[in-house]
Amino acid sequence: MSTSTPLLEVDRVTAGYGAVQALTEVSLHVMPGEIVTLIGANGAGKSTLLMTICGDPRPRSGRIRLAGQDITALPTHAIMRHGLAQAPEGRRIFPRMTVRENLLMGAEALTSGDPTPQLEQVFALFPRLKERLSQRGGTLSGGEQQMLAIGRALMSKPRLLLLDEPSLGLAPLVVKQIFGAIRRLNAETGLTVLLVEQNANLALRLAHRGYVLVTGRIAMEGSGRALLARPEIRDAYLGGGVAA
Amino acid sequence: MAYALQQLINGISLGMIYGLIAVGYTMVYGIIGMINFAHGDVFMIGAFVALIAVLLLQLGGAMDGPAAILLVLLASMAVTALYGWTLERLAYRPLRGSFRLAPLISAIGMSIVLQNYVQISQGARVKPLEPLVRGGVEVMRDGPFVVQFSYVQMLIIGVTLAVLAVFTLLVTRTPLGRAMRACEQDLKMAALLGIDTNRTISLTFVIGASLAAVAGTMYLLRYGVIDFYIGFLAGVKAFTAAVLGGIGSLPGAVLGGLLIGLIETFWSAYFSVQYKDVAAFSILALTLIFLPTGLLGRQEVEKV
Ligand SMILES: Nc1ncnc2c1ncn2[C@@H]1O[C@H](COP(=O)(O)OP(=O)(O)OP(=O)(O)O)[C@@H](O)[C@H]1O
Ligand SMILES: [Mg+2]
Repeated sequence: MSTSTPLLEVDRVTAGYGAVQALTEVSLHVMPGEIVTLIGANGAGKSTLLMTICGDPRPRSGRIRLAGQDITALPTHAIMRHGLAQAPEGRRIFPRMTVRENLLMGAEALTSGDPTPQLEQVFALFPRLKERLSQRGGTLSGGEQQMLAIGRALMSKPRLLLLDEPSLGLAPLVVKQIFGAIRRLNAETGLTVLLVEQNANLALRLAHRGYVLVTGRIAMEGSGRALLARPEIRDAYLGGGVAA
Repeated sequence: MAYALQQLINGISLGMIYGLIAVGYTMVYGIIGMINFAHGDVFMIGAFVALIAVLLLQLGGAMDGPAAILLVLLASMAVTALYGWTLERLAYRPLRGSFRLAPLISAIGMSIVLQNYVQISQGARVKPLEPLVRGGVEVMRDGPFVVQFSYVQMLIIGVTLAVLAVFTLLVTRTPLGRAMRACEQDLKMAALLGIDTNRTISLTFVIGASLAAVAGTMYLLRYGVIDFYIGFLAGVKAFTAAVLGGIGSLPGAVLGGLLIGLIETFWSAYFSVQYKDVAAFSILALTLIFLPTGLLGRQEVEKV
């Protein structure tokens, strides 16, 4: 692609929990404006990688750079103020806060004070959230929670959005809606996205590039199309009749 | 009837004190899931700081009027808040991420440390104080029995309501309060949104300690006698209040405090003063057995 510096650079990162080593010498990069997907089986270390980028757990070795700046040693809250946002695994909506409060929490890392333009952007993307502003997060449907998780992440006006399995447990129609929103955000605002997915078929179609993580190591990388065409990928991740 | 009315007034003003302490237990539990067993002793520190402030003011001849009492209250809140902050930094933060019992053991240790520290630095004898606020209003007369609503009790109820009102506004209406609630509901997620969770936890200890300081000051004004050990019983009762109200619930802590205050007062009035503390302990046991989530304990609505 271009020769500019990557927006995100993960450089030989090893990380884990206690005795468990979940990531081994993982290297990947995401260029500005790209959608990059990370696929892999259950327990491969995908969520761990996204969380390690955010400083929790901390890498045991290796470096992580954001737009060339080393963020490896920063605490999580400081990293998240560098133009990074995550809609994490399990969505983690604040259950006893309203939709509005959840969104405002997303604006904590917003450098300019007024969150109104961001709110408008989120409502344009997910009109459903606007109708449910004063409803408690814990009472939303799964699809609405996912929209809220993404909306909340967008409130800080991130340059890089990390998404962890946004399609998990959702009806195909809602998945389509959410993937459509990601595509639109990327096309219209140039938002850079690192997307973790089990639904490899959908993810590889959406993404410019992809990485395959196998037990904590990067096993393959390539353009979305190229990876889709690989027989090993078809066998391992696209089996079971995933509809396009 | 008149007798019962008097107990009601006494019970409510006592319950307010328990409620203020209980809020500190429940806040800390809500945010880091630990019972801060040293919190009763933080209340004791608050009472001692208030006593020292009163004595200093008397020495300067300025212990006079509501302004002086306000000054004592603020001094106690400020100094005790510093104790709360230090407690968390020294005894709990280093153990975060350690095994679950570690901070509890540390808390029990800190409780002993604080008691001994006050016992040594202030002496073990009880510290009596001349009543600063005298008199009251006669509410009702029934033969020889006069129902008194003393000015101290009015002060306790008034100050507590005011403090709780400010506290409620802070928690429910300000960005700071929203961040605190976020940390309480999901610490990890709050950090992912750029919240400095260590700072929020410190703040929780600071606020909890200042509320305990208000309780300590009110206790001093009401009873006029304190010693290094008052934190133990008050702490157990306030903890019971927090559990009864539903640990983690702020309104629950206040409600629990009022109930414990009322039960203790009526129990002493009608059954036995000697065994008044048994009432609180029995309620703790009964609540834990039959109503572990407490009166206002949350019904989980989260979807997974
Ligand atoms: N908090 C934790 N403590 C200990 N081990 C953990 C923890 N979180 C994850 N692991 C382990 O680290 C490994 C990687 O887990 P991770 O959640 O990153 O996988 P994943 O690729 O996201 O899987 P899934 O698709 O199921 O979400 C697993 O072996 C898991 O058991
Ligand atoms: Mg995962």
